[in-house]
Amino acid sequence: MVEAHGGKRVGIVLVSHSKEVADSTARLAAGLAGVPDALVAGAGGLPDGSLGTSEELIVEAARRMDEGAGVALLADLGSAVLTVKTLLAEGDELPEPARLVDAPLIEGAVAAVVTAAGGGDLDTVAAAAEEAYTYRKL
Amino acid sequence: MSGKVTNGAGGSGDGGDGSEGTPELDAAFFARWMTAAADAVAREADRLTELDSAIGDSDHGGNMRRGFEAVREELGEEVPATPGAVLMTAGRKLVSTVGGASGPLYGTLLRRAGKALGSAERVSREELAGALRTGIDAVAQLGGAVAGDKTMLDALFPAVEALADSGGKDFEAARTAAEQGAEETVPLQARKGRASYLGERSIGHQDPGATSAALLVAALAEADTAVEPEGDADGTGSAQGGSGGSE
Repeated sequence: MVEAHGGKRVGIVLVSHSKEVADSTARLAAGLAGVPDALVAGAGGLPDGSLGTSEELIVEAARRMDEGAGVALLADLGSAVLTVKTLLAEGDELPEPARLVDAPLIEGAVAAVVTAAGGGDLDTVAAAAEEAYTYRKL
Repeated sequence: MSGKVTNGAGGSGDGGDGSEGTPELDAAFFARWMTAAADAVAREADRLTELDSAIGDSDHGGNMRRGFEAVREELGEEVPATPGAVLMTAGRKLVSTVGGASGPLYGTLLRRAGKALGSAERVSREELAGALRTGIDAVAQLGGAVAGDKTMLDALFPAVEALADSGGKDFEAARTAAEQGAEETVPLQARKGRASYLGERSIGHQDPGATSAALLVAALAEADTAVEPEGDADGTGSAQGGSGGSE
């Protein structure tokens, strides 16, 4: 595994239409990975708690998770994906480097957090999360 | 669908319309456009939500209204100095306030169009048409949609085509094309967004995104007719700050 340098870990941000889904998935992934939440944060719903996607919450979570080794963002659907893409394409608000990872939200989150906790760099974390698509259940 | 009317090779000849003088569209025009869009969205919000409840998640009217009211408020405080800056400000506001997919989509449309207009203090209609084309292409790329997918693009593509066919002049033709494009989404099956999960059941409903896109284009025509011709189109060059090359 390629290690992120300086003992800094890749941060993970989980973007969902729902605050509960984002936050619970973050806790689930941290719990299964056996690391404190500090590595992964949810950015779900609108600031008032209703369903939707908030650019503000995504940026805030990404900055909070940024230790200097980059931030991997996973998203559920539709506006969550489009908002992250737009942030990456247009803005300078996300920490550098930041990347939208093409992965299923829950399975990808677990793989990403485990890999990031082990010191993997952004490429390695992204690859681990993306690989979650190939894990068949039947 | 149906033959594309390409405007003969001729067209570009005289251009007419004071194209020698200062380009006619200034930041105030663009602010008027955005305000007219906010009015239209507020007026039609219930209809947008109703259309969205048939094939979406019933939030389009509310989302669009929240976004465009924020744009109205922002521009009410201070109108940026250039057309490009007005659109970029509006686009940024939409991304941060809409909360649904239309935020990044319309936000990208306006920001890219604004960026394409650069820092000129005034722009021509032709430049506006070109910038809109740039913005719409960016939307298509972001959403990965093509014409006929039953999305906002089905109103926007015909609109920008009609605009380009008239050298950027005919906002009314763009409005008509957008409205027609929106209506023509009724028999289409959605291939993008939440409505695509409905498969064939999305057929028979007008797409909410195409409908709101037509409102945005209609607002452009409204902003145009709202101008009081304060010196006649030919404006005897009230020395436009000598901004030489406003390319």
